[in-house]
Amino acid sequence: MTRSVPRPLDTPVAQLRAMQLIRSFEMRVDALFAAGELRGTSHLAVGEEATAVGVCAALTPDDYLTSTHRGHGHFLARGGDPRRIMAELFGKVTGYAEGRGGTQHMADYSLGFLGMNGITAGMMAIATGAAFSARYRKSGQVAAAFFGDGASNQGTFHEALNLAAIWALPVVFVCENNLYAMSSPACAMLHIANIADRAAAYGIPGVVVDGNDVTAVHDAMAAAAARARRGDGPTLLEAKTYRVLGHSRGDLCVYRTRDEEAAWRETDPVAGYAATLLADGTLDAAAWVALQEDVTREVADAEAFARASALPEAMVV
Amino acid sequence: MRRDPNVLLIGEDIGQYGGAFGVTRGLIDEFGPERVVNTPISEGGFTGMAVGAALTGLRPVVEYMFMDFITLALDQIVNHAAKFRAVYGEQAQVPIVFRAAGGAGRSYGATHSQMFEGWFMHVPGLKVVAPSTAEDAKGLLISAIRDDGPVLFVEHKDLYKVRMPLPETSAPIPLGTARVVREGGDVSILTYSKMVHTAAIAAAELAKEGISAEVIDLRTLRPLDTDAIAASVQKTGRALVVTEAMGHAGPATEIAATVMDVAFDYLNAPIVRLTPPDCAIPFSPTLEQKIIPSVQEIVTAARNMM
Repeated sequence: MTRSVPRPLDTPVAQLRAMQLIRSFEMRVDALFAAGELRGTSHLAVGEEATAVGVCAALTPDDYLTSTHRGHGHFLARGGDPRRIMAELFGKVTGYAEGRGGTQHMADYSLGFLGMNGITAGMMAIATGAAFSARYRKSGQVAAAFFGDGASNQGTFHEALNLAAIWALPVVFVCENNLYAMSSPACAMLHIANIADRAAAYGIPGVVVDGNDVTAVHDAMAAAAARARRGDGPTLLEAKTYRVLGHSRGDLCVYRTRDEEAAWRETDPVAGYAATLLADGTLDAAAWVALQEDVTREVADAEAFARASALPEAMVV
Repeated sequence: MRRDPNVLLIGEDIGQYGGAFGVTRGLIDEFGPERVVNTPISEGGFTGMAVGAALTGLRPVVEYMFMDFITLALDQIVNHAAKFRAVYGEQAQVPIVFRAAGGAGRSYGATHSQMFEGWFMHVPGLKVVAPSTAEDAKGLLISAIRDDGPVLFVEHKDLYKVRMPLPETSAPIPLGTARVVREGGDVSILTYSKMVHTAAIAAAELAKEGISAEVIDLRTLRPLDTDAIAASVQKTGRALVVTEAMGHAGPATEIAATVMDVAFDYLNAPIVRLTPPDCAIPFSPTLEQKIIPSVQEIVTAARNMM
């Protein structure tokens, strides 16, 4: 396996570009599924780009990260290669898992990206273990665990938070509350307004942040990571966001209204951040157009790479 | 643990208390609480945590006070530890040992007495070990800890109290190798864990009747030592499989099927599986003893195969 380096996210434009890459990549994957060109399922992160990028921007290259079933965005933000992610979606031998993993099972340990996984909340305990290991080895690393509102109702969520709390492990639990666990609205499955409120039960800080504001996410994550690195223990960070597309391929979203979807589109994290950077002069209109075209080319290149790659032949066990 | 600072123990009450059966007694005094980690009652959580630690450079040895409690960590063992290398590739090594105290015989009842190794034999990516002697336990545990993949290590709680010789050497015993406990020519008794001792007594009884039984301690259940099974059954022409695990879709079934694969043409009698009846393990000592395969049942079963 080739060694990768984390995506530099230290400038506003780099963060915007990463968000645009996730948006463009996911929209293309959605189109490929709709066209019947990809098999299986997919859980897309459209609308949740700011959380992935804000969190990754606050990590150091040596830190650990665990992902979820909806992990393309996390992986791209951390520095995953769009070519090899797309190749994996096509089931090609050049994919991250050489065709064995698919959309929910990719990892790159040279990025500290310990993996996406199809078991809800499962990776929260894995990230807790990476934090345990970092502390044991006195490496100074921090682990971040992405999970969703649905995962916060799993026993693993509660066990992981308790373990991390009692041993003050350097882990940040990042809840992407996108308001839906598949078809089930968070308000029907949680009897509290904020998932972050559950932190109180474990004696750790719970922080709510606008998950569609990349700067707010970054700042909250940076504070939580610094706290973890100091040895002061875990934080439960809840990023309020919205799953713009359905849960997975084939979801017609019969459980929510088109009005609700339209309202959230007004808070589009990518367009919103672009407007901010255009307004404050960080970015000019021509550069924004060029950035979008560049990203479109990168995604097209990833697709071309995937299409040109070979299918796996023999299963290597 | 003296040899490799990355080896550590994780489990419930394994510190000063020394574990429910005293297996880790005294280790916290030598290695401290950093390496003998007392956990809350959170089998799923601490198993997942140990898997994450294994992925990132440590070699955890996780203890389940009773094998029955491993049900609470199935996701972490089956979906995570066993699969990471398959889906994430060579970069994801999971060097971890899951030690579980299984078995009946002490009247602990239905939720503190079970043998679940059959479930784990079903999972690609796992190895399953179940020693019957102190010497094997030592050598196999060393191999399990040094293995770069996840290993379920089944300890029979009824064997903890049995005194056995233990060599000073720390020679690892390769996983996947069976041991001939007693040579014989008429019937192969294929077994493991505590049932090895029961089978050995039965073999001695059978010898008095002129029946020469060979006792094979399989020691590792995944991978099974098919060569040893083949060599024994091809020689004796009869296979009697004895387990304390439930028979239905259990380890005995897999072992019997393996005999069919490697020695069918040599069989002089149908394969016999001797296992407990399909039931929850009862509490009352008389009932509990009744369901565990006994010396007499093994003798009778072997005799009837002649």
